[in-house]
Amino acid sequence: MLKDISKTLTGLWSLIVGLKITGKEFFKPWLTTHYPRQEVSNLNTYRGHIELVGQKDDIRVPKCVMCGKCAEICPSGCIHIEFHIKGEEVSEQNEKILIGVGVEVPFSGKKKVPEDFIERELDVFALNYNLCSLCGLCVQNCPVDSIRFSKDVYLAGRSRKDFEYDLLERLRNQG
Amino acid sequence: MITFLSIPIVHIIVALVILLAFIGLNGVVLVYMERKVAGYIQRRPGPYEVGPQGILQPVADALKLLGKQLTAPKGADALLFWAAPLLSFAPVVVCFLPIPFGPISTGMELNLGLLLVLAFSGINVFALCLTGWGSNNKYSLLGAARAVSQSVAYEIPLLLAVLSIAFQSGSLNLSEIVQSQQGLIHWNIFLQPLAFIIYFISATAETNRAPFDLPEAESELTAGFHTEYSGMTFGLFFLAEYAYMIVVCSVASALFLGGWDGPFLSGFWWFLLKVYILLLILMWIRWTYPRVRFDQLLNLCWKWLIPLSVLNLILTAFFIKLV
Repeated sequence: MLKDISKTLTGLWSLIVGLKITGKEFFKPWLTTHYPRQEVSNLNTYRGHIELVGQKDDIRVPKCVMCGKCAEICPSGCIHIEFHIKGEEVSEQNEKILIGVGVEVPFSGKKKVPEDFIERELDVFALNYNLCSLCGLCVQNCPVDSIRFSKDVYLAGRSRKDFEYDLLERLRNQG
Repeated sequence: MITFLSIPIVHIIVALVILLAFIGLNGVVLVYMERKVAGYIQRRPGPYEVGPQGILQPVADALKLLGKQLTAPKGADALLFWAAPLLSFAPVVVCFLPIPFGPISTGMELNLGLLLVLAFSGINVFALCLTGWGSNNKYSLLGAARAVSQSVAYEIPLLLAVLSIAFQSGSLNLSEIVQSQQGLIHWNIFLQPLAFIIYFISATAETNRAPFDLPEAESELTAGFHTEYSGMTFGLFFLAEYAYMIVVCSVASALFLGGWDGPFLSGFWWFLLKVYILLLILMWIRWTYPRVRFDQLLNLCWKWLIPLSVLNLILTAFFIKLV
């Protein structure tokens, strides 16, 4: 009997503790961000669609070495790369070389540039964000850290076309 | 004009019209207040977009409800289905008649005012019962069954708590009960704290407020008894619920908190202030506690509140005889 009563009293006290907690919360400031008027400041951990990283001396030229590893590893096949060898004219016809499976890396940062190195120039770096699952394999696999996640939070579009990005163009515009 | 008003039927009609306006206005204010309190307790702004600080949100809600089509489900008992919301809302207006808002502002002086409030608030259960039967929906039926057993159980401690106050002041006239507690120390809450606690818990359960909102438990029964109602029929249930909240808080402030009596400048503003503080506490409780289980609900009533209220009544009777 006494045990029951003490149990009830502690139970009643717990109710008052609960009221105290919500009562305190009532007077604390809001935690929400009022979206159209405010925007969140902390986007460091946000993983948006991928974007190209520019070179140190010219931010408008990507670090990309056109190895094609990103396009190769992408499980959704949403990256499409086209390039041409520098010095050679790019004709209207089909002289662009499509990167496929098994293309080797021309050089990595530490290795010396071989003499017979052929410089390549990127023509197209297209991302179809409709297919992307944001797995991050391309970011992990890029040997020269030319791909990173963007911080584009406020994405909205009317059609699928709006989510097919030309990342090269995007980089040029950013610079 | 004054002689015209003294004709009883005219007096009642004028009082009812004023009270209807009072209920409507308070319904709008309470909806806004409820959502703001909920928001602030959860650390968000609540309604914000319609009007400055979202103050027109309940008006927009009301307009939406008015504009919606009224539909009855297939196989519903049309008469009962449509009668239920009216039956839920109509008695609540009568409940306001004997409530003493101020020294002279009472809808109608009745010797058995308290009894009138208790009797007419009981009709609400009947309306909920009809919704359950008339809707032809299992959730409505379950909600109504819960509403009935809950109301039947909690009316007992509520009545017993009220009865001990009636014993003490020797009257069922709410104005007289208020007059008997002039001065802060004579308020019944200090003389009968247990009765107040029992009354307040039972009133929360009677008005189907969280944590006792089992008849409309949205996570279990979609919307409980009003699942099939839309538009203004739902609006009437909604308004009735808020009106009953005002009734129980008004009765509580008249019975326990000295009504319109205040430490200074006594008047109806003190009454409204007390009512609104009690309403705020009801909302505070709603956004603090999770819903109880049905067995817990009935155990609380039959094992704790009823014995305690009987004990309180016996002690009150004993002390009155002694003094």
